[in-house]
Amino acid sequence: MTTLFSPALAARFDKLVTLYPIKRSALVPMLLYAQDEVGYLSDPVIAEIAERVGVTELEVRNVISYYSLLRTKPAGKYHVQVCTNISCMLRGGNEILDHCKKKLGIPNKGTTADGLFSLEEVECIGACSWAPAAQVNYDFHENLTPESIDKVLGEYRAKAEKGAAK
Amino acid sequence: MATLSTHPDCVPVVSYRFGKGATNIDKYLELQGYESARKALTLGPDGIIAEMKVSNLRGRGGAGFPTGLKWSFVPKQSDKPKYVLVNGDESEPGTCKDRLIFEQDPHAVIEGTIIAGLSVQAKMGFIYLRGEYRYLLTIMERAVADAYAKGFLGKNIFGSGLDFDIVTQTGAGAYEVGEESALMESLEGKRGIPRIRPPFPAVVGLYGGPTIINNAETIATVPHIFRLGGAEYAKIGTERNGGTRLFCLSGHIERPGVYELPMGYNLKKMIYEVGGGIPGGKKLKAVVPGGASTPALTADEIDIGMDFDQLGKAGSMLGSGGVVVLDETTCMVEFALRTMKFYAHESCGWCIPCREGTDWLKKSLTRLHEGGAVDKDIDNIRYLAENMLGRTFCPLGDAAAMPTIAFVKKWRKEFEDHLEGKGCPYHRSHEPALALV
Amino acid sequence: MADVTLTVDGKKLSTPAGTLLIEACRSHGIEVPAFCYYPGLSLQAACRMCVVRIEKMPKLQTACTTTVAEGMIVATESPEIAQARKATIEMLLGNHPLDCPVCDAGGECELQDMTFKYGAHESKFVEIKQHRDEQQWSPVVFFDRPRCILCYRCVRVCGEGMDVWALGVQNRGAGSVIAPNRQDHLDCEECGMCIDICPVGALTSGAYRYKTRPWEMSHVGTVCTHCGDGCKTTLGVRRSNDGMDIVRGDNRDKSGINGDFLCIKGRYAFDFANREDRLTQPLVRKANGQLEPASWDQAMDFAGQRLREIRDSKGGSAIGVIGSNRTTNEEAYLLQKFARTVLATNNIDHHRTADYPAFAAALNGKVEASLRDFAGAKAILLLGNDPTEQHPGLAWQIRTSVRLQGARLYVANHRPIKLRRQATASVEIPEDGYPSLIAFLAGKPAAVAGDQNAAAFREALLKEESLLIVFGSEFRGRDIEALVQFGSTLPNVKFACLGDYANSRGAADMGLHPDLLPGYAPLSASGPFAAAWGAALPAQPGLDLPQMFDAAERGDLAALYVVGANPVARYHANPSILRNTFLVVQDMFLTETARLADVVFPAANLYEKAGTVTNTFGDLQLVKKAADRAGVRPDFELIVRLAAAMRADIKRLVSFGQRGVQADFGQARGAQSGEADRHGVWLSAQHQEPRLSPFEPFAILDEIQRLVPAYNVPRLDLLAGNDQHLRPALVQIANAASRRNLVTPSNDTLFTSGSLGSYSSTLRSVLEARQPVETAAD
Repeated sequence: MTTLFSPALAARFDKLVTLYPIKRSALVPMLLYAQDEVGYLSDPVIAEIAERVGVTELEVRNVISYYSLLRTKPAGKYHVQVCTNISCMLRGGNEILDHCKKKLGIPNKGTTADGLFSLEEVECIGACSWAPAAQVNYDFHENLTPESIDKVLGEYRAKAEKGAAK
Repeated sequence: MATLSTHPDCVPVVSYRFGKGATNIDKYLELQGYESARKALTLGPDGIIAEMKVSNLRGRGGAGFPTGLKWSFVPKQSDKPKYVLVNGDESEPGTCKDRLIFEQDPHAVIEGTIIAGLSVQAKMGFIYLRGEYRYLLTIMERAVADAYAKGFLGKNIFGSGLDFDIVTQTGAGAYEVGEESALMESLEGKRGIPRIRPPFPAVVGLYGGPTIINNAETIATVPHIFRLGGAEYAKIGTERNGGTRLFCLSGHIERPGVYELPMGYNLKKMIYEVGGGIPGGKKLKAVVPGGASTPALTADEIDIGMDFDQLGKAGSMLGSGGVVVLDETTCMVEFALRTMKFYAHESCGWCIPCREGTDWLKKSLTRLHEGGAVDKDIDNIRYLAENMLGRTFCPLGDAAAMPTIAFVKKWRKEFEDHLEGKGCPYHRSHEPALALV
Repeated sequence: MADVTLTVDGKKLSTPAGTLLIEACRSHGIEVPAFCYYPGLSLQAACRMCVVRIEKMPKLQTACTTTVAEGMIVATESPEIAQARKATIEMLLGNHPLDCPVCDAGGECELQDMTFKYGAHESKFVEIKQHRDEQQWSPVVFFDRPRCILCYRCVRVCGEGMDVWALGVQNRGAGSVIAPNRQDHLDCEECGMCIDICPVGALTSGAYRYKTRPWEMSHVGTVCTHCGDGCKTTLGVRRSNDGMDIVRGDNRDKSGINGDFLCIKGRYAFDFANREDRLTQPLVRKANGQLEPASWDQAMDFAGQRLREIRDSKGGSAIGVIGSNRTTNEEAYLLQKFARTVLATNNIDHHRTADYPAFAAALNGKVEASLRDFAGAKAILLLGNDPTEQHPGLAWQIRTSVRLQGARLYVANHRPIKLRRQATASVEIPEDGYPSLIAFLAGKPAAVAGDQNAAAFREALLKEESLLIVFGSEFRGRDIEALVQFGSTLPNVKFACLGDYANSRGAADMGLHPDLLPGYAPLSASGPFAAAWGAALPAQPGLDLPQMFDAAERGDLAALYVVGANPVARYHANPSILRNTFLVVQDMFLTETARLADVVFPAANLYEKAGTVTNTFGDLQLVKKAADRAGVRPDFELIVRLAAAMRADIKRLVSFGQRGVQADFGQARGAQSGEADRHGVWLSAQHQEPRLSPFEPFAILDEIQRLVPAYNVPRLDLLAGNDQHLRPALVQIANAASRRNLVTPSNDTLFTSGSLGSYSSTLRSVLEARQPVETAAD
């Protein structure tokens, strides 16, 4: 079949559907990996995945809309997810979030004009004993202060610039 | 990266190999790795379950159901394949222990899964991590591959003639998927809506087959039970509460961290000695003893042993081991609101009382916190919570209702202080963090 | 299964083991409320309204997911339970728009009823409600999100019931929403099941929304005029300036042969009846060549006189009659009687959509399957046809039997029809491969013999202990005979022959054939008919429909009388061939045929008259008059009046006030059994017979029942509204190979219905929303 994905990912998907007793079990991981590569779950991505696991596009959309990590609209290159749930709240999670809003100049769920960063207030990410914490894409950043999150954001910005310079 | 915290009272059982490079399979083998699985092979299904029952291990996910008993419910004969499912969808606010296990000792989870599989003659296991823990998937996939390479997984494991496969995957962001039947739905590629029970997973579970499903900490404990012996393990804890557990200290505490302590460890001691007390010499206001869904204890209630039975007696629950400490400056209304925002966000929406109740409670608590509430709102909040309790399709409704009822009951004065258009009487330096849609 | 005994609200109940508690309660008259529970659909336990208290259980339990157990003690009403239900409703009402005064469901809303019952009257919610604009998902389906209570009935009936799966649930928590399969619109079968099953006004129909309040309608249960399944549809009618308009079709009482089901046609395609361009007065072609309105007397006299002149001068053989697939049995019977006794011709035919004569000849007393048989079937062999498109009611019954009872479906078709998804086994064969397949199944040498799949198909089929064999118009003539012969070698077999329209079967049964009298009696056996009708009948077979057109073209057809048919469009006839034929047409609209007529009479449709129709399975059902339009007349009345205008003896045509009428009003059972009986007893005491009008179709029904043995079913049951399966009957005809080419299947889809369909704006709008599709004509 023609595919929207890179050869490596397409090969991974071909294998993924064989790992489980039913093909459909591969749906959630497949959606995540496709999102990681494409950036979001576009209509063509949904159509291909529906075909790969043998369900309707409606079913795929039903599943996507259930899970908070999956999105059907693009996000920033670096998706900053700040936890404000109880353990983080008690240790300044809201302040970190407010700081990010100011620093990036975007509201919750916003994306910077250059598409580099997007920001989201999220529920508990499992870093309670190292609060406050945030995830940038899948990377954890813990025991944050406004200063340390500045540094974290700066590092991602530098990484992007370095990537662009290459 | 997540590391274990220690204190002289700590008893390293599950954390026995933490920080010792046990992600490497050879290192794991040096540290008595996969010996328990070999031992279990010699014991056979009945022997394994007997040993598990002796250990008094109770489920570490929150409900505390005796693990050996749970395994014994799986029918010996089945037309459909049997499965083992490891619930690593750790999402209970205040809880970060499973993350540590996967990161520090992935093979213990694999070995525990194999032993669980042997106990019911299953041939396949699944390890399901929460989506946010993507880096742990890399670790687990590596560990699984190494175990295959050593012949501990796949065909003829340990030369026993038995086959056992493990598939690892992550979820994609849903607290509800931590509910065992919702987890099975998710693993079958569906929305994480819980299933009607009965039938229970032990009889009709994943793909319709009999299924053992346990929390990751429970499964990771299993090899240690066989390493130490069930009776030895049971001795560590209190009566009917065998062993240790990983307690996650967080919030207003001097030394937050994950500590492995014996079951029944005194909460006051845990806060003031293990955790070093409240920063800045402030007074304690409340403790959430086992993750966001467990009713909070007042400062007067903390002289209590942390096991399932003692906390149950005190009107709360041991839950997931997430101990969240609140000092005197905490606004209990804001805390209740943040808790409810979480449940409203995570309610799967399937049943009316949970879907509508959490949303309504979130809105009422928001109004109370921001000013604009009237006195009947406080009773209304309690009314809503009490009418959710025990009426919802799955325990998420109870998890939202129970702490709310406790907040209103125990800190009603604080709720009343928010009335008459005043809003929150506590100083807040940040803008209201609301409407997490 | 054995019965278990339990106690509910202090009453001892006995119910089969395995029954759900909610069903056990309901079947004993104990109402347990529920939004999400719906019989026959998967269990949800989502609405929490059916909570009950079961002794020894710590929490309230949902009756919809609890199976009865021996000795169970249950309370279904108590202050605790009432409070739980009240709170659930309060939570729903928190965000419900409460726009009941303008909501379509107002007055028949389950949420309203529950609110009324449990008294959730206090408004505790002060936040601003979430408003969302109404969405149109298809020409038929509208969605009003804030009204939705998320019971998931729509999702399940669409998926599990219809096998369409066009609705889903998206998002989670309070953001959960029912979503259509094409993001902002639906691509589906437009059956409207989701709308009818919605307990509130969240899903509304384009046909009905904002048209009326439920209590302003009268409801009349009758039979759908479209396909040959004979589904019951309950029409909601409301008085308008010129009659009674139909504003709704539904099937909420599920009392019909169709159970829960209606398709788009039964539910919404009644709208042709309300069209502005309906004919409401007779038209006569004037000297200027134009069709112009005329009075009834003028038109009748003109038509009657011309027909009489032609009959008297050229003989009946110069006159042709074309009947309808959608008129009642009484009308079809009357039409052929009029043709044979008044017009003195056997030139009578109709658009044949199945070879019913061949089926009758092949069956000859063997058992035919009722549509009801499919609901309890253990195994079904479907040969040809595409029931999903052509017989949606049958398709529903087949799917339901497969889904709920584990029935096995065997499909053989030349196309990949949708019902294959339900099939235990299926074979794909060439379009002309049906005879060969039957030969193979019968164990004779055949082309498919080497096919392993076909061999497995045959092997499984032959193991069945009972079987319903249902076949489409691919089978005609000798093929039907061969099929019935093969089927008769299997145990407990019943047969069904699929034809296309509401009364195609009745048209055939009633003798709209040039060579067959009612009940498939050959012309050579016309004795009883001649005796009953008091007239000599033409002995030679008449012209069939194509032959009539040929005769017209040759100038040999002086007159043609067309009742409820549009043969010009259906047979793509060149209009000029009828230029020398005196053409009388009865129809609702100025169809392609009516436009050529010399006289046009405005006719009532099936929803505007009483009588009986026979579905393609031989189920005889009563139709009732629901709607009315000033100016139109039932075909029955038009035929009688035309006969009168020809100066025929009306008492011979319609046996009213004549000896021999055997209207059984229960005289035999004495004076103790009700009003009808007393009336009958009184009549016989006075030496009188029931007095009937010449326009009374039931006078003819009496005659039909005497002369057509298959129709001699219990009349009281029939008139009480219960469908009656025709009796197996012996027929005297031989299979005639010449008939097979006279069958022209309509090839209708879910969204077409011959000429009639083209007058339904609902069907047209659905077709237009999809793509321009040519519609077939009657």
